[in-house]
Amino acid sequence: MEKFTTLISTAVPLNIENVDTDQIIPARFLKATDKKGFGDNLFRDWRFNKDGSENKDFNLNKAQYTGSILVAGDNFGCGSSREHAAWAIAGYGFKVVVSSFFADIFKGNALNNGLLPVQVSEGFLNDLMTIIESNPSSKIEVDLSNQTISVLDSELSESFEIDAYKKTCLINGYDDIDYLINNKELIEAFEAQKTY
Amino acid sequence: MSKKALFDKVWDSHVVSSIENGPQILYIDQHLIHEVTSPQAFNELERRGIPIFRPDQIVATADHNTPTLNQDQPIKDALSRKQLEQLSQNCEKNNITLYELGHKYNGIVHVMAPELGITQPGITMVCGDSHTSTHGAFGAIAFGIGTSQVAQVFASQCLLLKKPKSLRVTVNGTLKKGVLPKDVILYIISKLGTNSGTGYFCEYAGSVFENMSMEGRMTVCNMSIEMGARGGMIAPDQTTFDYIKEREFAPKGKAFEEKVAYWKTLPTDEGAIFDKEYVFDADDIEPMITYGTNPGMGIKITEAIPEEDTLSFNKSLQYMNFSAGERLIDKPINYVFIGSCTNSRIEDFRVAASFIKGKQKAENVTAWLVPGSKQVEAQIIKEGLKDIFDEAGFQLRQPGCSACLAMNEDKIPQGEYCVSTSNRNFEGRQGQGSRTILASPLVAAATAVEGKIVDITEHLN
Repeated sequence: MEKFTTLISTAVPLNIENVDTDQIIPARFLKATDKKGFGDNLFRDWRFNKDGSENKDFNLNKAQYTGSILVAGDNFGCGSSREHAAWAIAGYGFKVVVSSFFADIFKGNALNNGLLPVQVSEGFLNDLMTIIESNPSSKIEVDLSNQTISVLDSELSESFEIDAYKKTCLINGYDDIDYLINNKELIEAFEAQKTY
Repeated sequence: MSKKALFDKVWDSHVVSSIENGPQILYIDQHLIHEVTSPQAFNELERRGIPIFRPDQIVATADHNTPTLNQDQPIKDALSRKQLEQLSQNCEKNNITLYELGHKYNGIVHVMAPELGITQPGITMVCGDSHTSTHGAFGAIAFGIGTSQVAQVFASQCLLLKKPKSLRVTVNGTLKKGVLPKDVILYIISKLGTNSGTGYFCEYAGSVFENMSMEGRMTVCNMSIEMGARGGMIAPDQTTFDYIKEREFAPKGKAFEEKVAYWKTLPTDEGAIFDKEYVFDADDIEPMITYGTNPGMGIKITEAIPEEDTLSFNKSLQYMNFSAGERLIDKPINYVFIGSCTNSRIEDFRVAASFIKGKQKAENVTAWLVPGSKQVEAQIIKEGLKDIFDEAGFQLRQPGCSACLAMNEDKIPQGEYCVSTSNRNFEGRQGQGSRTILASPLVAAATAVEGKIVDITEHLN
């Protein structure tokens, strides 16, 4: 897994609540047996019209919005457990998703792929959306070590929570498999004396 | 001794160890896999040279991406075919039991595991599918995981997790005529919203669930994820034990009796504390339908769509081509789907058949009846329900996830409404541009016969 420490980037706003994983990557694109290429179909049915042309009204297609931070509405990533959603977002080039609330499974999937979910307050999210929409070249800094998200050259800043273990994993590029395999003996001992 | 909830008892007995200020190592008893979310996990282990730790605790089925017609013939779609071939190869290489297409035990993962007795009270169970919450109906801790976690369980039979908080939803009373378990869960989600359960495991308690069949309990627990809860659970009782007894993988004889004695210790202790509690009255629940693009957007079938003015609400209604304040009774419907891991068990087809018997499918309606497994399919034929469907102009298809997520060719066309017994009404869920209205199998059957949404309670009286 790629390491994550600090990121400074512009951001793409997606002011929609309850963005589900079927919108992030529709089921018809889940037939691949590897992790590559999902970014091409990220938000497929919002990004493209039925005839395959780009939907000019969708923010990912607007030239003014760039960068590797996606800022989305409340309850992002609800629905299916498909990790293809995290692969699609990371594959497209995002490294951070900001929202006021994340669905459980998506959040775990993102963290397992080096994609950082940053949960902020509703007030901060609204302010952030407004700043990006009025000045798309605003630079945002996500500092994982200090657990802060700030808009550069502004007062807007907030700290965010992250599980201490997951933080260590991201900073060092470890994943859970390494940890679990190193604990094989404990697991075997547990199996030998299961009480249920 | 402190009072413990069902969830705490099962969780705590599976903790291998805890990381200070971090997650716990949770032992997983049963791992279910299917063709869509497992290939990348197999690849990952192979790439890293890690063997599958406990292949005998994994069961595989093909369900998400399978055709529901002509299953005996080669699959036309090359990508789908490849995905299934890869599952077969991976299972063979790693000594994993696979019920592939056409096998007598094949079916939707959340239908076949319970009917084989694989799902049992007090166990932990995972699958790369969010509707794994279904198995909580037996008093198991069961939840959906991502593919990285599938790889973790392959490698260690464990997961690193923070213990979720506990939530209890109690519904007491007697359900009205025509109100099915699907209506109960759609009602609960409409009251609580799509993220009230996020971070929680939910126990369903009260007389409504105590009096429900296992099929009904599975329908309820199945949709826990639609309110954000990773899992839902119902305390095991005599109904649970009777369902499991004599099933293929259930313990037999004395071993079964010993298990039952243990299972009886699992229900929540009186006085146990939950982090969040909600109480509802069965009297308030009526047949439900959804009008929007998430499962929380549900109303009683006779109600009008509520008035709300937010960006997301308006976007949702615009997609559905509905207006605030509109009633959906008499709305013409051209597509009906009875199936999915929510409602494709024998009881669901019995309910549908009881309404359809002696009637005819409306001419405008294309109806897909898709059993959850080969065993359900066989039972439908055995009980004569297929004859009822045939005579009424319905076609029974072969088992699979089908139009619930439309990964195969069972897709609802652009702009069409589908009254569906599945679990998600997201934009495009049943095919690009499709519009899903979630309902019970009874409401779906009535819609198919009438060709429009009808007040089912009026029909029954």
